[in-house]
Amino acid sequence: MDNFKPRIIIFCCNWCSYAGADLAGVSRLQIAPHFRVIRTMCSGRIEPEFVLKAFQNGVDGVMITGCHPGDCHYISGNYKTIRRYYFLKLLLSEFGVNTKRLKLHFISAGEGIEFQKRVNEFIEEIKKLGSADYAQKE
Amino acid sequence: MRQIEYEIINTVEKLFADKKIDIFIGYKKGTLSLQTSPYFLSEQDDVRKLVWNSFCSNNLAVFIPRIIPNSKSKESKPVGILCKGCDSRSLVGLIKEKQINRDNLFIIGISCPGIVDRRKILSRLDGKEIIGIDEDADSIVVKLKDGEKRFEKEEYLCESCLNCAHPTPSIYDVLIRGAVYSLQAITPDPITKDFSSKPREERWKIFETEVSKCIRCYACRDACPNCYCKECFAEQTKPQWLGVSKGLSEVIFYHIVRILHQAGRCVDCGACVRACPMDINLRLFTRVMVDEVKERFGYEPGISLKDTPPLATFSADDKQEFMTEPE
Repeated sequence: MDNFKPRIIIFCCNWCSYAGADLAGVSRLQIAPHFRVIRTMCSGRIEPEFVLKAFQNGVDGVMITGCHPGDCHYISGNYKTIRRYYFLKLLLSEFGVNTKRLKLHFISAGEGIEFQKRVNEFIEEIKKLGSADYAQKE
Repeated sequence: MRQIEYEIINTVEKLFADKKIDIFIGYKKGTLSLQTSPYFLSEQDDVRKLVWNSFCSNNLAVFIPRIIPNSKSKESKPVGILCKGCDSRSLVGLIKEKQINRDNLFIIGISCPGIVDRRKILSRLDGKEIIGIDEDADSIVVKLKDGEKRFEKEEYLCESCLNCAHPTPSIYDVLIRGAVYSLQAITPDPITKDFSSKPREERWKIFETEVSKCIRCYACRDACPNCYCKECFAEQTKPQWLGVSKGLSEVIFYHIVRILHQAGRCVDCGACVRACPMDINLRLFTRVMVDEVKERFGYEPGISLKDTPPLATFSADDKQEFMTEPE
């Protein structure tokens, strides 16, 4: 299990989390190299389809990141994310998907260290869970 | 039943005579027994073909966004529509989502005694040919070649009707009162409660076996008044969310997204279940959402024109415990 390299998608909002990830990079903070970042203009842009498509294509974990509540560039985008994410998570867990593979975090542009910590934590957790089997069957 | 049918016909006739509506949507006798089809009639058509019985299963609200453009123009006359409790809840949702204009509707509300599940009756007939059907207040008599069978309505109602909290329409212009079973609506629904109490692996198994029956005909979507998108995500090609195969992962994808799109909007009319040719228990999944929305946000779709659906708004006080909880 030690050489298991998870594939993780991190959705970052353009205004906070992406800049936070950028800061983590510029500050040379060490993060396990198992994730890809997809930038969206707002965390509210992330539709359930995005997450499910990722799982369908064999991703082991998905993390959604956005501005802290109240800091949204579009005023209320991340509040809406909270509600949407809640339903997505509820539904996935209701149908028996392990929702540990799905995370939501708020990371601001100044929180490079927070980004490093959260991503490393998530990668560790996914490593423990092992490979996801939601990838395309048949 | 007959009494109510006459009342409907008389009301519609009067509406046409007064030039209040151009078109009316109701039910007429179906080509198959135990079924009705939607009936669009204008002034020239025969009003007497309208029927009202226990098999008026379609949710007629589904046709409205396709017929009336959302215009405030006073020139177009209202469309008349026959509404059961659930149809009117769907209409409320559509009005709130600005798909239709309330002024362009003339709603004949009808307090609904519940719709009888055609399949439940058919399963008791052993494939015998049906010659005729008689209906009175409490029971349905199916005439077969070799005698007849009596079915008590209450035992053969659709699942969604068994736990219907609002059989009487929430909005209407004219209300025709009929018999309403004294139902005790329970939240959460017994079926979903039973489902939710099962362990995770088992739930996944149930979900998988249910949706693996799906042939992706999208009848559930087409029967649903909430699904009015001009282009559904399921058929989008840019980006293409779903392939064209019948593979399990595609089917699961479609169903999860369909259910998520219903969050805070589904009125639990059961039209999708009745439309499904493969007999998938679709309601089991949407009802999970309905119960959760009610419990968490105290919101019931389709009851009032004033409140906002939970996913269309936000609150800074939303609980966020689920972000840190492991499960």
